[in-house]
Amino acid sequence: MIKNVNIKSLIIDKPIKLDCGQTINNFPLAYETYGSLNKKKDNAILVFHALTGDQFVSGINPITKKDGWWSYAVGSGKAIDTDKYFIICANVIGGCLGSFGPSNINSKTNKIYGTTFPIITINDMVNAQHNLLEFFKIEKLFAVMGGSMGGMQVLQFVSNFPDRAKIAIPIACTSSHSAQNIAFNELGRQSIMADTNWLNGDYANHNKNPDKGLSVARMAAHITYLSKNGLQEKFGRKLQERDDLKFSFDADFQIESYLRHQGSVFVDRFDANSYLYITRAMDYFDLTKEYGGNLSKAFEKTKTKFLVISFTSDWLYPTSENKEIVIALNAIGADVAFVEIESDKGHDSFLLDVPEFLNTLKDYINNSYLTI
Amino acid sequence: MKQEFKIISDFIEKNTRVLDVGCGDGTLMEYLKTNKEIDIRGIEISKSNSQKCVSKGLTVIEGDAEKDLTQFPDSSFDFVILSQTLQAFLNPEIVIQELLRVGKKAIVTVPNFGFWKVRLHLLIKGTMPITKNLPDEWYNTPNLHMCTIKDFYNFCHDRKIKLDKALALHNEKTSPINEINLNIKNLSAELGIFLIEK
Repeated sequence: MIKNVNIKSLIIDKPIKLDCGQTINNFPLAYETYGSLNKKKDNAILVFHALTGDQFVSGINPITKKDGWWSYAVGSGKAIDTDKYFIICANVIGGCLGSFGPSNINSKTNKIYGTTFPIITINDMVNAQHNLLEFFKIEKLFAVMGGSMGGMQVLQFVSNFPDRAKIAIPIACTSSHSAQNIAFNELGRQSIMADTNWLNGDYANHNKNPDKGLSVARMAAHITYLSKNGLQEKFGRKLQERDDLKFSFDADFQIESYLRHQGSVFVDRFDANSYLYITRAMDYFDLTKEYGGNLSKAFEKTKTKFLVISFTSDWLYPTSENKEIVIALNAIGADVAFVEIESDKGHDSFLLDVPEFLNTLKDYINNSYLTI
Repeated sequence: MKQEFKIISDFIEKNTRVLDVGCGDGTLMEYLKTNKEIDIRGIEISKSNSQKCVSKGLTVIEGDAEKDLTQFPDSSFDFVILSQTLQAFLNPEIVIQELLRVGKKAIVTVPNFGFWKVRLHLLIKGTMPITKNLPDEWYNTPNLHMCTIKDFYNFCHDRKIKLDKALALHNEKTSPINEINLNIKNLSAELGIFLIEK
């Protein structure tokens, strides 16, 4: 999957005790950077990616040859301006773009880990990425930010390292993964596991791939990233390159063809086991429980300035869940701003060209940089 | 307007925590931030105004003061400001209670419906008054509960809310309001500015 591509990575030689009990050491953390770190080292932004994201935030992704996943937001003159800031993004552990994950070879067995890879949590991901600060000799990041699972990592990061970021921007996320979201993730996992090529997770050692299963998982998940109105407006009941229904199970409707396409391109760039591991990490995320049912306690020690952003049509991580983070922060007098952006693009709004979102983000970042 | 901001600013002490309820586009917050060393937060119901505030880097949450003040602990602010917004709430009484719970003190400014021009407009024209402070028509005004300076004065009196300061504002000039001149101020002032506490 990642052959012939130059991927920067850092070998982490400090052991990390994972939440599952195992300890990992001497493992790779793949990352990419944009812009340059200034002399004062006060312009660094750590961006966390979502479930199927990677370290290639902006520019052309060398694997997919498509725009980086946050190209609308990150770049020269954009909301997160690469002319001003030094942007770092790492592939999460458990991922499949160069960081330690289930597609790596276990040096003890000389076989690909597959599902013998340890279970990873959001906490583990963040603890691994914390090493980037030492690597770049950055005492304090200007900002940590991310959407969806990236937002969860933002919350976990500030809670684990209360004095390592000046501002934090969790977007379209939650402090505790809901039953509905666990359900959707389970649907995706079961779809992968139902593929006969999955081989109990050992497919890579047998040169096989559960493409069908992974593709259906992606199709189902993709629906949850959009909104009913958005889908209706874009596709409605439009037919795919035909004048009438074919009375078959072909992709008669454009929406069917679109989803099939989304599924098929996804399997070319993503590892099925990584999908299992990362969705599991999201399901296990419950910062509220970690702090005995009181989310405020997660942020008691921090002076970090927060901006929480949600979107009106996001039903996967709805405004109400984002507001819980705001409420927990206000309960302890933390510095928190909050806006809900009007958009019919669903959960995916944070990845797309939503001018109100991008403009607010840009001005908030630039003004905050000048004042703190 | 400038004068109102100045009076509010004079009421507020240095190094305090302040909440601006219904902070609009953040103009007052910015004014206070530059003139006082305070930690100021805002809450605003309109999306576009909240976005304007956040764009300025202000700590503002988009929300409805009638529901969302509950998230702030008791006495978590030294001052809570409600500038010309009281009349727009569905239930001003509960909002005032909440202001006095969340803030040790509250600064409330009310456009005076008892101002002589307002009274004259209704008397002569027989239509709902439109003035500088009340620019909307009856059918599109956000103001649900207009009151006079006297109404608010009596409201506080009846509920044993302490009036630390009460000022009348007219033509950018301020004068104190007291029991004796209440009827006169109620006729001559466009705006009442009150510093209240439980």
